[in-house]
Amino acid sequence: MTDLFAANLPSRHRTGKIWNILFRASTFVGIIVLVILLLTIINNAFGYVAFEYKINPDSLVIEGVPLEEMSKEQLTQVLQENVSKGLFRNLENQQPFENRERDEIYGLILERVLEPQIVGIWNMVDTIQLSRQEALAEVIDQHPNATIEFMSWLDLQFLTSPQSSTVVRAGIRTAVLGSLWTIMVAVLFAFPIGVGGAIYLEEYAEDNKLNRFIRTNIYNLSGVPSIIYGMLGLAIFVRVLNKLTSGAVFGVVDPINSNGRTILSAGLTLGLLILPMIIINAQEAIKAVPNSLRLASYGLGGTRWQTIWHHVLPNALPGVLTGAILAVSRAFGETAPLVVVGASTFITIDPQSPFSKFTTLPIQIYQWTSRPQDEFRSIAAAAIIVLLILLLTLNTTAILLRNRFSRRMN
Amino acid sequence: MENTMEYEDSQAIQASLRKKSRPVETMIQAFLFLCGALSILTTLGIIYSLGSEAMLFFTRVQWEEINKTLAAEIGANDTLIMLSQSGKSLYEDDIIRLQDEYIRVLAIGEDGLTVERGVQNTIPAAHPADIDVFLEVKVTLREFFLQKDWNPQIGKFGIWALVNATLMTSLFATLVAIPLGLSTAIYLSEYASTKVRNTLKPILEILAGIPTVVFGYFALTFMTPVLRAVFGRDVVEIYNTASAGIVIGILVLPLVASMSEDALSAVPRSLREAAYSLGATKLETALKVVVPAAFSGIMAAFIVAISRAIGETMIVAIAAGAGPAFTFNPFKSAETMTGHIVRISGGDISYDSLDYNSLFAIGLMLFFITLTLNIISQVIVKRFREVYE
Repeated sequence: MTDLFAANLPSRHRTGKIWNILFRASTFVGIIVLVILLLTIINNAFGYVAFEYKINPDSLVIEGVPLEEMSKEQLTQVLQENVSKGLFRNLENQQPFENRERDEIYGLILERVLEPQIVGIWNMVDTIQLSRQEALAEVIDQHPNATIEFMSWLDLQFLTSPQSSTVVRAGIRTAVLGSLWTIMVAVLFAFPIGVGGAIYLEEYAEDNKLNRFIRTNIYNLSGVPSIIYGMLGLAIFVRVLNKLTSGAVFGVVDPINSNGRTILSAGLTLGLLILPMIIINAQEAIKAVPNSLRLASYGLGGTRWQTIWHHVLPNALPGVLTGAILAVSRAFGETAPLVVVGASTFITIDPQSPFSKFTTLPIQIYQWTSRPQDEFRSIAAAAIIVLLILLLTLNTTAILLRNRFSRRMN
Repeated sequence: MENTMEYEDSQAIQASLRKKSRPVETMIQAFLFLCGALSILTTLGIIYSLGSEAMLFFTRVQWEEINKTLAAEIGANDTLIMLSQSGKSLYEDDIIRLQDEYIRVLAIGEDGLTVERGVQNTIPAAHPADIDVFLEVKVTLREFFLQKDWNPQIGKFGIWALVNATLMTSLFATLVAIPLGLSTAIYLSEYASTKVRNTLKPILEILAGIPTVVFGYFALTFMTPVLRAVFGRDVVEIYNTASAGIVIGILVLPLVASMSEDALSAVPRSLREAAYSLGATKLETALKVVVPAAFSGIMAAFIVAISRAIGETMIVAIAAGAGPAFTFNPFKSAETMTGHIVRISGGDISYDSLDYNSLFAIGLMLFFITLTLNIISQVIVKRFREVYE
């Protein structure tokens, strides 16, 4: 018997070791993928780009001043000399040149005069391996006038420009503002209601059928795919409440393009989506408040609401906020429900009110990714970096808050 | 005298102890109840809005051109009509339309159709020869659930084209997420030291916090090229279900890992020690004692993961392809239920069309599938949980 045990032992240990390695390896798969994912994105966001201009920028130099350093008046002059009279008059009629910003005129020159075409694009890895000349050699046969530049797709201009049909000038300003607006609406709607619901369930609700049903229902809602919320938003906020969400009730929108596909609809949809998360997290936080605090308050004659408002909530607040921030960071990355609710595909004007049309950062990424051209993948990567940095900031705040909170509780 | 004093005092005390009506408190309580009850309203809203549009989908009447014409003119009262021989054949009980009049086919004979004129409150009228005949078509539940072609342009609505793609991506996701997730959970709970666990878990949380659209980008720009390099560019299409499925698997991996790890850590230490004392190795303890003891929690994690994979949208919308296709080849492009909803609703869609309604029929089905899975996972947890002292 003992012999048998001893004879089996080495093979059992061997199996143990093999599995140990397997377990370890699969744990690292997740981490490796995370690293690859980040590298893929960075890899696509920087690198050489080969441009071919319709007109060589050097030919536009006035008195030795290159295009980038020209004053507004000089730029206007260049524009006037190089576009047809009709177009120039047209542009002047849209908005007189005296009233336009310098950058805007510079943009017009890029768009109408230089018309840069991207003829080649390299990712970070290739860029490191190739020299500028080698990269140029790859495209020079077909595009003899091509020039090579190292391009960081993520730069200040990218952050501050509105969307544009030319890749070089496209930015995420409208998308970021749209995201912030929708999130603000979502939070204003979902946070009070979510915390209120949590207070009801934790402090008031007796253990009866209705309340049990509400509880299970909230858990089930948190498992509903986000796209279903989008369809709910489309049916209820965009269509049924069309008058409200388009702003027609308040008379703030021009009746021509009044429809319910606005920031308000999107925000309310996201609000419904994060509501179960906020409730569940807030419930946990409220549950963690020691009962002695409540009893002490009751002992001094506090009413139920006084107890909740002055003692339970202040103590639960950090936990509630942490949960809410996590919910917000989830909402920030949501794409599908907003596509269904009807984000605009192309929008260059900053959102002005809850009744504006909108696009958001993740939707912008989706639209750029769906384009077949490589250069759009590059700006999508740049936008992803911005999105991830924003989310990282949010999550770090939540974690710091949680750590501080748990220290105080202990 | 003293007795009455005492009596009055105690009455005053009792009166002050009686429950006071506090309108503000009651109002607050009512408001908080409404906040909680909003979740029920949301659920009802989902069921109602999806359901009513889906109902429209199954009842909306379409008129199909069947390339038949009226062979000879008919009067308002004729019940025997002749149609041209060409076109699609008709059956009894079909409803056809001549101009504004609806007509029911009662019998099909050698010398023409015996019909009931002016059905559905239309007015029988005389019709000239050679006018087009339209056939009433409705999308039947039978067609919806049994057909495998989804092509709204030609009126084909067989859900299996979409369901099949969803099952394919979910299968790949499950194949990736379940073994890796469970292994990760076992490693974190049974093997890793506290320090290692405290470093690894936040990293997995980061993975779980990355938006799905970013995973979609990753699938298209990394996973697909890798698959194409491994299996050949002729075999693997640019958009394919395998790539999307694998990346969905990576997306739900942290979920499986963390839920299973919770279940494994809930198993009391005494069980492990009992196994060790009987001479079991660490692996045997983990696989034959701890995992079975946490089985309900692990199963719940698997089911929630499957439900997440089925409902996942952006990854399939970006990487799985646009255009429904019934195929079992994971390297071919196919559109899932969620992908189809996003693509169609992202375009300019008219609210009053069969296309629009069909989205809600798909949505309703998706809702019930995921809801059922979630409820099953809750039942498993509740019913099969081993409770330890």
